[in-house]
Amino acid sequence: MVMFTLRRFLQLIPVFFGATLLVYFLVFATPGDPIAALSGGKPMAPAVEAALRAQYNLDQPFWVQYGLYLKNLVTLNLGQTFSGQEVSAVIARAYPVTARLAIMALAFEAIFGVFFGVIAGLRKGKLFDSTVLVASLIVIAVPTFVLGFVLQLVVGVQLGWARPTVSGAAPWNELILPALVLGLVSLAYVIRLTRASISENMNADYVRTATAKGLSRRRVVVVHILRNSLIPVVTFLGADLGALMGGAIVTEGIFNVPGVGNLLYQAILKGESATVVAVVSLLVIVFVVANLVVDLLYAWLDPRIRYV
Amino acid sequence: MNSAASRNADTPLLEIRDLAITFSTQNGPVNAVRNAHLTIMPGETVAIVGESGSGKSTTALAAIGLLPSNGRVSGGQIIFDGEDITNVSEKRIIELRGNSIGMVPQDPMSNLNPVWKIGFQVKETLKANGLDGANSKERVAEVLAEAGLPDAANRAKQYPHEFSGGMRQRALIAIGLACRPRLLIADEPTSALDVTVQRQILDHLDRMTTELGTAVLLITHDLGLAAERAEKVVVMYKGQVVESGPALEILRNPQHPYTQRLVNSAPSLASRRLKSSKVTQAPAEAVSVAEPAPSSAPAEGRKPAGKGENLIEVRNLTKVFKLRGALGKGTDFKAVDDVSFNVKRGTTMAIVGESGSGKSTVAQMALSLLSPTEGSILFDGVEVNTLKSKALFDFRRRVQPIFQDPYGSLDPMFNIYRTIEEPLKIHKIGDSKSREKRVRELLDQVSMPAATMHRFPNELSGGQRQRIAIARALALNPDVIICDEAVSALDVLVQAQVLNLLTDLQAELGLTYLFITHDLAVVRQIADDVCVMQKGRIVETATTDEVFSNPRQKYTQDLLGAIPGATLLV
Repeated sequence: MVMFTLRRFLQLIPVFFGATLLVYFLVFATPGDPIAALSGGKPMAPAVEAALRAQYNLDQPFWVQYGLYLKNLVTLNLGQTFSGQEVSAVIARAYPVTARLAIMALAFEAIFGVFFGVIAGLRKGKLFDSTVLVASLIVIAVPTFVLGFVLQLVVGVQLGWARPTVSGAAPWNELILPALVLGLVSLAYVIRLTRASISENMNADYVRTATAKGLSRRRVVVVHILRNSLIPVVTFLGADLGALMGGAIVTEGIFNVPGVGNLLYQAILKGESATVVAVVSLLVIVFVVANLVVDLLYAWLDPRIRYV
Repeated sequence: MNSAASRNADTPLLEIRDLAITFSTQNGPVNAVRNAHLTIMPGETVAIVGESGSGKSTTALAAIGLLPSNGRVSGGQIIFDGEDITNVSEKRIIELRGNSIGMVPQDPMSNLNPVWKIGFQVKETLKANGLDGANSKERVAEVLAEAGLPDAANRAKQYPHEFSGGMRQRALIAIGLACRPRLLIADEPTSALDVTVQRQILDHLDRMTTELGTAVLLITHDLGLAAERAEKVVVMYKGQVVESGPALEILRNPQHPYTQRLVNSAPSLASRRLKSSKVTQAPAEAVSVAEPAPSSAPAEGRKPAGKGENLIEVRNLTKVFKLRGALGKGTDFKAVDDVSFNVKRGTTMAIVGESGSGKSTVAQMALSLLSPTEGSILFDGVEVNTLKSKALFDFRRRVQPIFQDPYGSLDPMFNIYRTIEEPLKIHKIGDSKSREKRVRELLDQVSMPAATMHRFPNELSGGQRQRIAIARALALNPDVIICDEAVSALDVLVQAQVLNLLTDLQAELGLTYLFITHDLAVVRQIADDVCVMQKGRIVETATTDEVFSNPRQKYTQDLLGAIPGATLLV
């Protein structure tokens, strides 16, 4: 198990270099000149322009730019944004917001998803099951930006139960509504996954054997069906945590959440390679670590899985 | 323990009267069981015998209230110890389960929850029936030890996947008997296990139930096993009880035609090699065996007078698998160890052994699907392992496989015509017209109507599918057919039909068979020579008659002794 974890961390190294190189290249290859965009429509003094280009290494060929970026990285210098802020400081401000949002969305998915999924799975074909299925289908079918704007309008503006947009500090309570919107689609998938898993395991031989032992229905469900059914759900939730931590550009945009999604979006528009590469690389690491956690959880849930 | 000690011993423990069970399916209700009746006295062992789909398991499951959710009792009565439990409340049936009626299920691989320790699964049985005292841990170990699990206290801390099949079945027996039920339903308790393990487990189950005075309802497809283990036998066929009575009487003097067929074809009772149907037509089956078409005479280029020479020679064959271990410390596992044997043209060589003995690995190497670590296989004088492209392609035409599971070995997306035509197409034999003629011919050879070719595998029964697999194997006029457990997944009667078919085809086409099986009873019927394998090595090679009449090795003797019912008819 320790070896497995160690090996997975070692795998991070090539993943990290691959991701930074790829993202750096993509930003480099994006059409449009970031420096020209900085001055808007007005012409810029050639000396200023040259100085700016030199400051951000934009006058160098691609490999030199990338090499200089990596060199700075070793000293934990992530570079600066065009407005002169340290990229590390910008990320440090945005990340906690996204983390709060992701954790709430995930909790929401896990709790309600498993709860509704289990009940629907146990009552397959009954009214509750059909209702949940149809509802989840609707949620999956409607795009997030529609759901987001509708909830913002109804809950935020008309009912006034929550702030329609999030303030700068983005405290927990203001993030409830965005988290709900963010988690809603995955919630629908979790419900469906749990339901399918439960109804499949209900017909497993060992469940029948458990019933034949004289166990109560409740115990059969909780002890023998639930744990086995949660294995695929945990995988999904883990992968989803990685995705949620990456920030949600649409949801953060609608509710004006100052998270990584927003930050990344703005940086791509401006062609700020330092910010883009730093944020994306961080997200890659988060994603890999989230997957590792899923794998370890997996082994804990299913004793047949042993990592060597 | 036995609350009914006071009861009249003449009261049946379980009585099933005119039981009818209906399943609601998409195509309307299906009557799975009709007019089933049986009686079990306290302490008695009764066996229900029948093929798959006969309703034997369904009948037994109804007695413990475990019918699948789409099934229900639509008529008749189930009376347990004087109490009508036909439509009893959920609460009452939960009370009865475990401490009054226990169950040992069929497949030990799927009947233990993989995520809980064995001890936990035994303990919750005790707990559910109010039998877990302060010393429940000791009690768990005790119960497991009773079921014949060595080192029970430590083994209880392991998970099911750390147990072998036999060990798991012992754990399931421990669970079934943990609360000392008065009736134990044993649903094919050993059909998934090797014969020697099967014998140990059944012996143990016998001893325990006799000691505890438990009545047993044994469900099995094997008449020999039923007759050996039970006092009374109930024969079910297509959802109905066709015959019931004392076990030996049914075996020696079957009344119903179905029972007669069952007795005739029970492999465990057969005592001779099958002869081609031209010599003795098997009386059992009513399939119209068409006269072989003249065109199915041996293919050109085959040496017809070659019987007696060695077609396959296996020399010192060894296969080592690398097992993955921690940090490159992989260990070597010798699956096949220095195996040598010869197969004469036109004869059948059987390789027999328990699971894990390496017999299937030998088959795979003979098919050139795996390359040997050491040693060689000569086919018609040519080393198989060194064959390249064209020669290998040619070899594939001459050696064809039939695999165990007819559900898995036919492509569900191919209709039967495409399935059988495919090898012809790959080997570019004939045009589409002559290929169609050949497919018709092949279907005829395996006694399937030509109309079958437009159907799909899922529309056929297991036996029919295996016939299709045989037709596909025959398509290229091979010299050798390698049958890897080709009849193990089939019901007894179907198995007999397929074995008869293989015997006929051998006589007709001069085929050579390499027959891999775990079942010595099948060997008796089909093979001329036998290799007995144990743990990768051949322990005995001899003609079939020699092996059966005069087994030299202890292991072979054990295998023979483990055939259920072998001694009953002698």
